[in-house]
Amino acid sequence: MEHIVIIGNGIAGITAARHIRKLSNKKITIISAETDYFFSRTALMYVYMGHMRWRDIEPYESWFWEKNRLNLINAYVETVDTDSKTLRFKNNETLVYDKLIIATGSVTNTFGWEGLELNGVQGLISKQDLEKLEKNAPNNKVCPRAVIVGGGLIGVEMAEMLRTRNIEVTMLIREPAFWTNVLPINDGKLLSQHIVSHGVNLQHNTQLDKIVGDNHGNVKSVITNNGDEIPCNVVGITTGVKPNISFLKSSKIETDRGILVNRNLETNIKDVYAIGDCAQQREPIGLRPPVEAVWYTGRMMGETVAQTICGNTLEYKPGNWFNSAKFFDIEYQTYGWVFSAERRENFEAQFHWKCDSGLPFLTVSYNKNTNAFLGINTFGIRMKHEVFDAWLNEKRNVDYVIKNLKQANFDPEFFKNYEKEIQAAFANQPVIV
Amino acid sequence: MSTVQRNMALTGEPPKTINTQQKIASFIGLLGVMVLILALFNLQFPHKTLWLTLSLIAIGGGTVWFAIAEYANTPSGIKNNGVYFKSLTSRGFWAWILGIALTLFYVVLYWFPQYLGLNENGENSGMVALFDPLSKFLNGGPASQWFLYGTLYTLAILAFGIKFILKYKHNKYEKLRTYSVMFFQLGFAFLIPELMARLNSDTFSLPYYDLKNIWPLNYYNFEQYRVDAFISAGDIGLALLIFGIVSIFIITPILTFKYGKRWYCSWVCGCGGLAETAGDPFRHLSDKRQIAWKIERWVVHSVLVFVVLMTTAVIHSYLGDDSSKYWLTNDVFLIAVAIILTLVFVATFIFKREELQKDAKLGAIGYFVIIIALIALHFFSGVQLFLFNAEILRQSYGFFIGALFSGVIGVGFYPIFGNRVWCRFGCPMAAILGFQQRLFSKFRITTNGGQCISCGNCSTYCEMGIDVRAYAQKGENIVRSSCVGCGICAAVCPRGVLKLENGPLKNRINSNEILLGNDVDLLNYVNK
Repeated sequence: MEHIVIIGNGIAGITAARHIRKLSNKKITIISAETDYFFSRTALMYVYMGHMRWRDIEPYESWFWEKNRLNLINAYVETVDTDSKTLRFKNNETLVYDKLIIATGSVTNTFGWEGLELNGVQGLISKQDLEKLEKNAPNNKVCPRAVIVGGGLIGVEMAEMLRTRNIEVTMLIREPAFWTNVLPINDGKLLSQHIVSHGVNLQHNTQLDKIVGDNHGNVKSVITNNGDEIPCNVVGITTGVKPNISFLKSSKIETDRGILVNRNLETNIKDVYAIGDCAQQREPIGLRPPVEAVWYTGRMMGETVAQTICGNTLEYKPGNWFNSAKFFDIEYQTYGWVFSAERRENFEAQFHWKCDSGLPFLTVSYNKNTNAFLGINTFGIRMKHEVFDAWLNEKRNVDYVIKNLKQANFDPEFFKNYEKEIQAAFANQPVIV
Repeated sequence: MSTVQRNMALTGEPPKTINTQQKIASFIGLLGVMVLILALFNLQFPHKTLWLTLSLIAIGGGTVWFAIAEYANTPSGIKNNGVYFKSLTSRGFWAWILGIALTLFYVVLYWFPQYLGLNENGENSGMVALFDPLSKFLNGGPASQWFLYGTLYTLAILAFGIKFILKYKHNKYEKLRTYSVMFFQLGFAFLIPELMARLNSDTFSLPYYDLKNIWPLNYYNFEQYRVDAFISAGDIGLALLIFGIVSIFIITPILTFKYGKRWYCSWVCGCGGLAETAGDPFRHLSDKRQIAWKIERWVVHSVLVFVVLMTTAVIHSYLGDDSSKYWLTNDVFLIAVAIILTLVFVATFIFKREELQKDAKLGAIGYFVIIIALIALHFFSGVQLFLFNAEILRQSYGFFIGALFSGVIGVGFYPIFGNRVWCRFGCPMAAILGFQQRLFSKFRITTNGGQCISCGNCSTYCEMGIDVRAYAQKGENIVRSSCVGCGICAAVCPRGVLKLENGPLKNRINSNEILLGNDVDLLNYVNK
């Protein structure tokens, strides 16, 4: 029986395993050094906030694995020998595979700052990070103040977590507003306001210079590039993530930032595949970046690679881009591309609408030459994935989308509708230059 | 630093969970409870009206003030911070204290009302006596333990209803639904029956009737004393009796078809009303394991079978056997019951057989065969109908299901098993509505394409113990008989994935993986 070994039990690896099991009777082994069972990484924050217990963020009960004959091994893979198809673990045990799927996800991206080794400096990606945060910031007596470096998704999650324990939080954001390396400046500014209203101190246009420790090796403060010193007990490093591939250094698997894969998610070595955050596409796919650290793409790659491994070689073809997040109390959804100032092309026009009360708000992108609809960001309005997916495939123009916006609404029953206001605002917007 | 205890456990130390105002509010509420407890121990209050009013205001006002202090100045949004850190809401010390206190209260209420001060042959004393003035004001007579219970129950739904509304101030569905249960509790369950009792005289008497309390939840509605009373009360009585039957066979199926069982369970029902308001802080304690679901299916449907048998036996026992006196004899009735059950059974197996799980088929066939066999046995060999005397069936149902299950376990164990234990495992009404909701209703919870991140908030906060995430992460709609449509899964979802909807029957259940985002080819392969 063919032995499929998967390194990593995150969404990519587990999805691959589930679908291989659906399609075949192959022997499947999943290796993880992080946890025994699959958990929802995006839900780590809710455990610290007391919304859920650890077991609640595990999507499958423990009997699931045995029932579906998915062997779980808790071990750390130190080396991969692709010639003998052998993995060697930290405890020196070995495992032989027929086909290998690498789905090791991400680690925290840092920029070599001084003081990264101090106690209290941490990212927020793994279960171990969560345990660290629990130790470093159990309450506001042990940790009265924290500084978060980076204004992005993990940063705002960490801020929300710490605020539930009444810890003072300062976020250092390199850009002029929150997450504006991804969002249009308008959206970012409104989000910055919202984050501030939840008691977070935002320092825009500010970067970390170095982290200062005390005599015991604990964090004492950070110094910003403006020369300000901010005292703190925890420093959250949330300046993005990078593929977790250091264990492959000695292997023959070709890597760049991530593990290089072709459109079939195959690496340069036969029978070795890479999926999820740790994979890097050799050829770009549409407007997507070559490394995508997103839950949904991990899942889609898992589904795709399962087909390939089970004999139905399939290209990884993610459909239209979509994503979602939540910033404190604001839900965010996006379909298609709405670019930040950095990536925005000349032809991309952006229509911004904001309710008088401040929430909800949205941004619609379209091609000002052809009027084609390009994408939408909504904040505080839920939209139907299916409808936008269809509109993007049908290449609808922006007028059609605005006119039929109600069809796409996914808010709960009895919620206020804003389509009329949005349509009126769109009709009355000043001519785009 | 060294004096601070460092907790290495994953579940950490929360910040102080209640502020000063909340402490004062709690104190006032407890003062109100204290008055009741003093009355229980027979402390004589000189001005009962005054002290009862003060006590009820203190309890209700304290609760509302507590809620205002907790939520009024907070931003709109989900308020589940620290739920699993607080003793009361995570099966800690205070949860057990509250659970034991509630359980004791129910035991006394059902079986030892004399300790509450009930005296059916003379002046009430103790806690019941304290409620005499309000009872006299509303219905003209002295209070009973049930009047006391009804008053406190209504107060709980109103006060905690306001708390719930403040908690979900950003969610109109939650607010409307809560106004609705508050209205039905205060009007239909409490005031109308009490005022109706005022109409009673020596020549005219209606039984206590909460119009929204439908058989089989109201399992005693067709007992002899009530039916006699309805019939002897002339047109009004007859109208009420007919309404009781129409509610079961016409109103309920229509509304459940259009809106799912939520129209009843989380908009109208009193049990649901208490669960959604006072019980809301305990909703996450429901058991989500698959084994719990399996047990639930057997238990709740067995209760339904029990109530059908019991009611049939009771009605059969008091109907006559002489068709020249009245057309509805006990034989006609029994045949009618057998026909109705056969129709439901046959229709389900003809039209919905693919949608039934193996154990559902097994259970349905098993129970159907047994019931029909028992009826046949009675007809052809004169064996006691359903083997037991109707009175024994009635009494055991009342004791085990009516009192022990719905009261003691159902509410007493809120802080331990969650707030919908009765509704999920015990309520025969929920079983009927659920049966229809699963097989013949427009209601479903729609999943939004591929946006689910498997975080688990929906499953955790499902009071019915449905593993919502299991469906959502596969892109499937949620069509489950137990879903009461409270809407909390959709509210707590951080990614806008879930929506309660009434829609066309076609494609209501999509058992395929329809995760969007993938290209169409892959979707086809995945669903093969």
